[in-house]
Amino acid sequence: MSHEHEKKPFSLHLDVSDFLPADKEEKQSLVVMRESVSFWRDGVRRFRKNKIAMASLIVIILIFIFSFILPSFYPYGYEQQIRGSENLRPMQYSETELARMAAGEKVFPHFLGTDNLGRDMTARLMMGSRISLLVGLVASVLVLIIGSIYGAIAGYFGGKVDLIMMRIVDIIYTVPDILIIILLMVTLKYPLQDLASNVPGFGWISDIGIGLISIFIVFSLLYWVGMARIVRGQILALKEQEYVTAARALGASHRRIIGKHLLTNCMGPLIVTTTLQIPSAIFTESILSFIGIGVQAPMPSLGSMASNAIGGISTYPYRLFEPAIMISLIILSFNLLGDGLRDAFDPKLKN
Amino acid sequence: MGRYIVKRVFLAVVTIWLVATITFFLMFMVPGGPFLAEKSPSPATLEALNRKYGLDQPVIVQYKNYMLNLLKGELGESIKQRGRTVGDIISRGFKVSARVGGISILVSVLIGVPLGCVAALNRGKWLDNLIMVVATFGIAVPSFVISTVLMLIFSIKLDLLPTYGLTSWQHYIMPVIALSFYPTAYISRLMRTSMLDVLGQDYMRTAKAKGLSQFKMLFKHALRNAILPVVTYLGPLIAYTLTGSFVVEKIFTIPGLGNEFISSITGRDYTMIMGTTIFLASLVIIMNLVVDIAYKIIDPRIKLK
Repeated sequence: MSHEHEKKPFSLHLDVSDFLPADKEEKQSLVVMRESVSFWRDGVRRFRKNKIAMASLIVIILIFIFSFILPSFYPYGYEQQIRGSENLRPMQYSETELARMAAGEKVFPHFLGTDNLGRDMTARLMMGSRISLLVGLVASVLVLIIGSIYGAIAGYFGGKVDLIMMRIVDIIYTVPDILIIILLMVTLKYPLQDLASNVPGFGWISDIGIGLISIFIVFSLLYWVGMARIVRGQILALKEQEYVTAARALGASHRRIIGKHLLTNCMGPLIVTTTLQIPSAIFTESILSFIGIGVQAPMPSLGSMASNAIGGISTYPYRLFEPAIMISLIILSFNLLGDGLRDAFDPKLKN
Repeated sequence: MGRYIVKRVFLAVVTIWLVATITFFLMFMVPGGPFLAEKSPSPATLEALNRKYGLDQPVIVQYKNYMLNLLKGELGESIKQRGRTVGDIISRGFKVSARVGGISILVSVLIGVPLGCVAALNRGKWLDNLIMVVATFGIAVPSFVISTVLMLIFSIKLDLLPTYGLTSWQHYIMPVIALSFYPTAYISRLMRTSMLDVLGQDYMRTAKAKGLSQFKMLFKHALRNAILPVVTYLGPLIAYTLTGSFVVEKIFTIPGLGNEFISSITGRDYTMIMGTTIFLASLVIIMNLVVDIAYKIIDPRIKLK
């Protein structure tokens, strides 16, 4: 900097040296030394450093491969009942199978044994995990979409709209979810069955399974409220930022402001909440199938597999451990992943 | 403060009414109506049922009757368990469930809070890591997994504890452990975070500078403030214990309300389903209300207003 006169602070003297062209040193300070790091890259870098989170991500990917890709290569189906192969322990062969092997045929081993109807446990486990993962993912996506749109509208428009919308949220929030879920699961079957068989174009309902559809409907009706509250809170905070005022001054529509500016800036909490919603949905689904309402037989669910295993628990404990370990693994990995994502993308919560 | 209470009570009442209404109308989605769904009674019985429950009247009238009965506390008679009223079954089952549930809530708090404190005080050391690993594990494993594994180890392999019923104190051990596992883990994590937060506050430093004993600092200052988030968790805790009871009572064959509820679901006992749902929902809603108001009273920041 050039020399400074002894200036009284409020003097209106203009210092000529302030207006001289910048010299080389000064220009150096404006050179960008390093690229600015975007939000995503920063978060991903933080996430990668977290070993537990990375490990749980890998486990989840493995589970996905196990549930969605492997069954296409696996010789046994989940509902295929093999006569003579009932109640096999893991890696045990039935007599018919032994005979076939003696005759030179290659028989694929039952890695995890079979159940009392001769169905291969590995195949059922794969299908059960697939159901759990599907429920978790679809439920979370539905919750994300419904919740964030609702919360964004409430937070953005404020005033009366906000008041009414949040009252509704409060009421739904107060209702104990499991009870309503059970109720809906029991009663939705009939109208859904009617829809599937009578109204054309809804045939896919019975393809996917009424139990599964009911679960999706029920989750999306009840669980979006948590997300809506969080999004609303974020929007309320972000609404006053200058870029929102600027966008409005430029004539941006409400939709554009919410979609492009506000919601994209809540990404951190949104991702974390969605990821943590997944294990909670899977947890609920497994409890529902355990007590007997959920996906219908013969489609296996980790919860119903565990429920069936109780009867023969002393003689065939493996039938309980397999779904139990699987479900615990899935829920644990998603929880750890969610924690890792929160540490990476929502640093405000770090103490 | 008063306005807050009024608002919350109003919200609770509206929600209970909403649950009752939803329950009522959902039951009507079942073909043939709630009272005729599975069995086809003889025409004479049908007539009697119709007259008694007013089934031949329009839905709105039935709804009105239903609501009036609710207010009187009449929940109707069980369809499957002939001769017993729903209210009777509920009160009998609830006594059992309340005992098991109450004990497990106590256990969760009495174990979870100290564990969380210990973890916070030993932050970063092996004790903290150990507790946190167990806690993370505890919130991931569903209650039916814990119950069945416990049963396998302690009843079947070791033959130490009984598998069903509730006649001696040993019968309580496994169900309570299974039911309190998740809440204990959750509370420890919650307590740890809250404690760490409190310990970093300025007033803790003041207390230390004043020369207070470790004991006094911990109990009089830190604990009191750190426990507030746990109080807010009490509401969801009660709701969780409720749903957990469905699973645990089924596995350990405990004659509680949860077991009755599940049996009535699978047995399509619609009056029972309706009555139990409304009862349980009201219970949870009211407990949440009580906890919320209690929290507002306890939170010292409110008193200063």
